[in-house]
Amino acid sequence: MADNMLTLKKITKIFNQGTQDEKRALDNFSLEVAKSDFITIIGSNGAGKTTLLNAIAGTIAPDEGQLIVHGQDVTRWPDFKMARHISRVFQSPTMGTAGEMTIEENLCMAELRGKKRGLKWGVTGNRRTRYKEILKVLDLGLEDRLKQSVGMLSGGQRQSLTLLMTTLALPRVLLLDEHTAALDPRTAAKVMDLTDSMVRENKLTTLMVTHNMNQALKYGNRMVMLHQGKVQLDIQGEEKKKMTVAEIIAEFGQTLKDETLLSA
Amino acid sequence: MLYIIPISLEQGLAYALVALGIALTFRILAFPDLTVDGSFPLGGAVAARLIFDGVDPVTSTLIAMSAGFIAGCLTGIFATKFKINSLLAGILMMTILYSVNLRIMGRANIPLLNRSTLFTTIETWDISRDIPVIIFFLVVAALCKILIDVFLHTEYGLALRATGDNEQMIRSLGVNTDTATIFGLGLSNTMVALAGALIAQDQGFSDVGMGIGMIVAGLASIIIGEALFKPTTVVRLTFAAVIGSVVYRFIIALGMRLGLAPTDLKMATGLMVVIALAIPAIRGKREKKLKLRGV
Repeated sequence: MADNMLTLKKITKIFNQGTQDEKRALDNFSLEVAKSDFITIIGSNGAGKTTLLNAIAGTIAPDEGQLIVHGQDVTRWPDFKMARHISRVFQSPTMGTAGEMTIEENLCMAELRGKKRGLKWGVTGNRRTRYKEILKVLDLGLEDRLKQSVGMLSGGQRQSLTLLMTTLALPRVLLLDEHTAALDPRTAAKVMDLTDSMVRENKLTTLMVTHNMNQALKYGNRMVMLHQGKVQLDIQGEEKKKMTVAEIIAEFGQTLKDETLLSA
Repeated sequence: MLYIIPISLEQGLAYALVALGIALTFRILAFPDLTVDGSFPLGGAVAARLIFDGVDPVTSTLIAMSAGFIAGCLTGIFATKFKINSLLAGILMMTILYSVNLRIMGRANIPLLNRSTLFTTIETWDISRDIPVIIFFLVVAALCKILIDVFLHTEYGLALRATGDNEQMIRSLGVNTDTATIFGLGLSNTMVALAGALIAQDQGFSDVGMGIGMIVAGLASIIIGEALFKPTTVVRLTFAAVIGSVVYRFIIALGMRLGLAPTDLKMATGLMVVIALAIPAIRGKREKKLKLRGV
């Protein structure tokens, strides 16, 4: 398809190949993601969700297969080069920001994602004024704390900042890796609302891994369920809207163990 | 008693360049770089050899700095590209440099008597050498401090700091952290080699053993500076490194005045660092015990 933003073609990734612990994390995995798709991804532990995101982000190199972003073959690109196309929010709030650096410095680094960094001054007056405006959207009072180190923020504040950072330089693909799982339920809901409005507003092509089935059904236009490195269920549009947690459990309860069920 | 002040000031400011270099690797990059014990005498060896052979002192000093840059980059390449443990990478480079330094000098010691050095002009002045030399080192240390401060606030400088703070994050933002590490180590060892080149010229000779214990002394300086100023920003960290270096040299001079033998200095410095590092650990243990008891 021509308007595909992201295409995974027959990607295989095997860990510990040739040993007793051999594991096919991704098994001949294919997925076509259209522009502005917001896909939620569920599956039990070890289904290959994180490996999938790692493969897309270039953190791990697939053993076989092809990865295409916006018509360009990027299969062998290392993670720091993939940053030109992809932005990622991790599960732990501490992973997406540099804790010893200030809020404005973190924003500046994010603004330059995938761009050349030279010996020009980083946080210029212009940038600072703009950051102040942008931070007001979060309504967390961070606009008055630009020079504070990010380590002083709470988990929810830090994750909201990370989300905001991804939109400073709009990525072709946004990867969300259980990014609300480490937050308390109230904060998680707030961060999820923020995510949803940012994705819609910017029409971001998004892949969101989650353990929460309600979340997976509520958000996005498409849902993919993984099992043993393969797509087990792929629904979108009306079909997805009609789907309920009870139905999924009735049909796939056997394969969906552990916390996916617990948090349903 | 008072005479130890000018000598500690002069030495403290001269060795402040080493402390700045070590602050850049240990604190900013979070890379414990042990190249320093080799790149310091490397700077001295290159500068002394060139000056001895008649090259003008400014050019000699600049070439010595480049040698330090290359040495640091090589340690960085060992660690990032060859995946050698960072401590081992530094030790390997330090060991290699020992032979390299002897090769460069052709012998263990080069005297610079009757050769024109950066300090020759000062020595022709009709005043005591102390004060102009102190001012010279003060200007050099201040210049290096400010240059580092500015660099660490540029776009690439921010990336370099993030490499030490959250490597995964800055990689996901498009920075090749291997390159950043290599460059940071190069920059650090440039300053260390500059210190070696200047100190060799100041003391009038270069010796292959002049780098022994340099890391520990630099670390002691930084720890002292941090204890005094509790720096939270880059600007304050580099300031703490410079002042810490001066205070450290003052403590050493005081110790010698009080009867410490020069041969005991490395032990004294080493113990100083051990104690400084042990305090939080011991304190933590005690707090844990108290917590368990419900205090």
